[in-house]
Amino acid sequence: MDLQIALLLGQDGVVNGAIYALLALALVLVFAVTRVIFIPQGEFVAYGALTLVSLQAGHAPGTLWLMLVLGAAVAAIDGPAAWRQGRRRLAGLLGRQLLYPFVIAALVLGAAPRDWPVLLQVALALVIVVPLGPQLYRLIYQPVAEASVLVLLIVSVALHLALVGLGLLFFGAEGSRTPAFSEASFEVGGLTVSGQSLWVIGASALLIVALYVFFEKSLYGKALRATAINRAGARLMGISTTLAGKLTFLLAAAIGALSGILIAPITTIYYDTGFLVGLKGFVGAIVGGLASYPVAAAGALLVGLLESFSSFWASAFKEVIVFTLIIPVLVWRSLTTRYVEEEE
Amino acid sequence: MSRQRLILGVALALLALGPLVLPEFYITLLNYIGLYALVALGLVLLTGVGGLTSFGQAAFVGLGAYATAALTTATALPAWLAPLANPWGGLLAGLLLTALVALLLGLLTLRLSGHYLPLGTIAWGISLYFLFGNLEFLGGHTGISGIPPLRFGGFELRDGRHFYYLIWVVLLAAVWLTSNLLDSRAGRAIRALKGGALMAEAMGIDTGRAKMVIFLIAALFACLSGWLYAHLQRFVNPTPFGLHIGIEYLFMAVIGGAAHVWGALLGAAVITVLKQWLQDLLPQLFGATGNFEVIGFGLLMIFMLHRAREGLWPWLTRWFPASARRPASAEFAAEPLPARAVPPAGTPLLEVKDAVKQFGGLVANDRMSLGVASGEILALIGPNGAGKSTLFNLITGVDPPTSGEVRFLGERVDGRSSRAIARMGMSRTFQHVRLLPGMSVLENVALGAHLRGRHGVPAAMLHLERAEEGRLLAEAARQCARVGLGEHLHDAAGSLPLGKQRIVEIARALAADPCLLLLDEPAAGLRFLEKRSLAELLRQLRAGGMGILLVEHDMEFVMDLADRVVVMEFGKKIAAGLPREVQSDPAVIEAYLGGVD
Repeated sequence: MDLQIALLLGQDGVVNGAIYALLALALVLVFAVTRVIFIPQGEFVAYGALTLVSLQAGHAPGTLWLMLVLGAAVAAIDGPAAWRQGRRRLAGLLGRQLLYPFVIAALVLGAAPRDWPVLLQVALALVIVVPLGPQLYRLIYQPVAEASVLVLLIVSVALHLALVGLGLLFFGAEGSRTPAFSEASFEVGGLTVSGQSLWVIGASALLIVALYVFFEKSLYGKALRATAINRAGARLMGISTTLAGKLTFLLAAAIGALSGILIAPITTIYYDTGFLVGLKGFVGAIVGGLASYPVAAAGALLVGLLESFSSFWASAFKEVIVFTLIIPVLVWRSLTTRYVEEEE
Repeated sequence: MSRQRLILGVALALLALGPLVLPEFYITLLNYIGLYALVALGLVLLTGVGGLTSFGQAAFVGLGAYATAALTTATALPAWLAPLANPWGGLLAGLLLTALVALLLGLLTLRLSGHYLPLGTIAWGISLYFLFGNLEFLGGHTGISGIPPLRFGGFELRDGRHFYYLIWVVLLAAVWLTSNLLDSRAGRAIRALKGGALMAEAMGIDTGRAKMVIFLIAALFACLSGWLYAHLQRFVNPTPFGLHIGIEYLFMAVIGGAAHVWGALLGAAVITVLKQWLQDLLPQLFGATGNFEVIGFGLLMIFMLHRAREGLWPWLTRWFPASARRPASAEFAAEPLPARAVPPAGTPLLEVKDAVKQFGGLVANDRMSLGVASGEILALIGPNGAGKSTLFNLITGVDPPTSGEVRFLGERVDGRSSRAIARMGMSRTFQHVRLLPGMSVLENVALGAHLRGRHGVPAAMLHLERAEEGRLLAEAARQCARVGLGEHLHDAAGSLPLGKQRIVEIARALAADPCLLLLDEPAAGLRFLEKRSLAELLRQLRAGGMGILLVEHDMEFVMDLADRVVVMEFGKKIAAGLPREVQSDPAVIEAYLGGVD
C-alpha cells in the first residue's frame, strides 16, 4: 500500500463514516428519547434513495402509497379522540394525515417531477419519506411506549422485517444509483476528491451543526433532551412524551432519508442495503454507549475507516471484521456502565 | 393430568401414523416444522425462561450443518480427521465446534447487560453468516453439495418419510429433556434468572453459570437441527443461516409462547405454515417474486407484542385447562435434608467493624460497627435513607465496603461474593419482595434450598435426581408449614397479598438452613395477627440458636422482640443498647421526632 492508496481509502472511509455518523446520531437520539433501538433506521436510508430513483425515473414511488395508507390508519385511530377534543384538533389531524399525503400524491402524479431540478426532486423525496417516521411511531411504537427496552427492540426488529419486505415490493430487487449532485472533482496534492464526497461531508457537517443548534437553542430541542434525561420528570413539566416520540422519529426519518439520498450517487442501493448501513451506524452509536453524541460520531467515523481499509486487505471479510469489532466494544461498554437492576 | 396425557397420547399416535397417509408435501412441511421447533425450543429455554434474547441462533444451525457438510464431502482430509469423515463424525465435530464457539461467544456476550446482549447476538450472527459465505473451503456463497445421506447399519435415510421419524424422535426427546430440566433444582435456578441476579445470587445460584448452561443447550439444539438439515437436504449454502432466519427463530418462540416448551413447536408450526401459504399467495397478489412473507411476519409479530405478549400457547391451553397438579402431603414424606450444626448460643456470628461505603461523594455508611451472636435478635433501626439497606448489602456481599471489615463465623467476608457468603450459612429477605410471581410458593421456597442439593443439569435432564428433588421439595413444604403458608403451597407466589409474599421470602431464607438470618422489613404490610405469629416464629428461631439481624420500622414489633437495638442516621451509628435504653436516648428521639432549634 502506498500513500496514494491510503489517501484514497481514507477519503472513502471518511465519506462513509460521515453517513454512519449521521445515522449514529439519529440512533442515539431515538434511544435516548424513546428507549427504542431503532433497527429500521436503515430502511429509511434505502427508502430515501430509492424514492428519489423512482421520482427521477418518472414512477410514483411505493412509499407514497405507504404514506397514504398509514395516514388513513392514523386518522382512523386518532379521529374519535380528536373529534372529542374539538374541531381544531380534528382539522389538524385530518390535514396532516389525509390532506397532506393527498396533495403530495397529486404533485407526484400531476406535476411530472421527472423533469425537475435535482434539488427539488430531493426535497420531494424527503417530504414523502419523512412523514413515515412519526406515522410509524404512532402506529407501531406508541401503543407499547412503556414496555421494556427488550420488547421495544423485538418490535423494532419486526418492523425492520416488514419494511424490508415492503421495500422489495415497492422498488424491486434491482439496485439503483442516482446521478451525482455535482460532477466536479478537485485535485488536492495528487488526490482526486469528487464533488459528491464534498457534498456528503458538507451536508453531514451542516446537519450535525443544525442538530446541535436545535438541541441547545430551541424549546422543542430542550423538551426532547428533558425527555431523554427523565421521562416521568419531563411529563410532570408538561412535555408530552408522545409528541417527543413523534418528533424524534421525524428527525430520525429525515436523517435516514437524507443519508440515503447523499450516498445513492456513490453506492448502489438495493431495497435491503439500508440494514447493513444502519447497523454500521449502530456500531458507532454503541461505541458512544447510545448516550454520547460526539463519541458516537467519532465511533462511526472509525467504522467507516476500518471498513474501507479492511476492504483493501481482506475485502471478503470486510463485514466480518466490522461486526466482530462490536463485540469487544459491547463488552467494554457493559463493564463500564454500572447496571442497576430494574425494580419490578 | 390424565386428560393432558390423553391429548399427548393422541397427538403422538397421529404423529406416528402421519407418514403412512399424508402426501409428500405435508411430510416435507412437518420435517421442517420439526427442524425449526428444535431451534425454537432452545430459544424457549434461553429467552422465554432465562430472559436472554438471541437473534443469532441461525448461526449455530449453520455451524452444525457446515461441520458435517465439510467433513463428509472433503476429498483430502488430514489423517487425524479421517475417522470423522462420516455423518456421525460430522455430528460429533459439529457439537464440539458449536460448544466451543458458544462457550467463547457466551464468555464475551453473556456478561452484557440488558439490551447489549441481543445487540451482541445480532453482531456475531452477521459475522458468522458472512464467514460461511466467504470461506473458500465451505464453498463460498454457492455452498456444498453432495452430502451423503444418513445411514443406520445398512439402511439409508434417503426418503423424507424415513427422515420424518428421526427428526420427530430427536425433537420429542429434546422436549422431554427440556421439560425435565425445568422441573428440577437446576431448572429452578435457570427460572430464577428472570427474577434478577441479586436474588438468585443471594440464594447461592451461580447466575453466570446458569446463563452459560442455557446458552450452550440452546446452541447445541440449534447445531443438532443444522446437522439433521444438512443430511435431509444433502446440500448447504449460507442463506438459511443468516440473521433474518435467526430473527424468524425468535419470532417462532415468541409467537408460540416463549415460556412454554410446547410453545416452540406451536410457533414453529404457525410460522412455517404461514410462510408456505404467504409464499404462494403474495407473489400472485403482488405480481412479483420475492420474500414478501416477511411483511406478514413482521406485522404479525408487532400485533402479538401489542396484544398477546405471552404468545399463542397460553391462549390455546385456556381451552384445555389442565387438572391442577396438587401433590398430597404424603408426597412430602421424604427423608429430611441434613441440617447445619447449630453453634452454641452466644457464639459471635457476624461482626462488622468500621465499615465505610461511599458512592462518589456520598458516604452511605460511615464507620458502622455491629455484631450479632447466635440465639440473639439484633434490630437495626433508623429513619428512611439512614443507610440500613446499604449495610445489608455490605454484609451479604452485594457491594464490597469501601473500607472496614465484615466477619462472618470468624472469617473475613468483605469482598466475597454473596453466593459464597450464602454458602457459609447467611440468608436474607429483601425490602422490595423478590419472588418469581409466576412460580408456585413451594418452588419459590425450594429455591432457598438450592445450596442443599448437588445434582446438576445432566442428571436433571434425565430425571435421575428425583430422590434429592423430593427431599428439597419436602424441606420447602416443611418451611412453608412452619411460617403458616401450608395452604398456599401451589398458589402462584404473585397471587398472594404483599404481606404474605414477605412471609414467603422468610420461608425461602429458612429453607437455606442458615445460622444467621437477615430480615429487611419483614413486618411491613402484615396485619396484627400476622405480626404476632411472625414475632412468635422469630422467637422460636432464636430459641433454636439462630442469630437474626432485623431491619424494621414498626417500633412496637421491634421493641418487644429485639434483644439489642442499633440506631442509624445519615450512615452513622447514633445509639446502641437494650430496647429500653435506646427508646429514651435523646439522640434517637431527635432523629425520629426532629430536634428543637
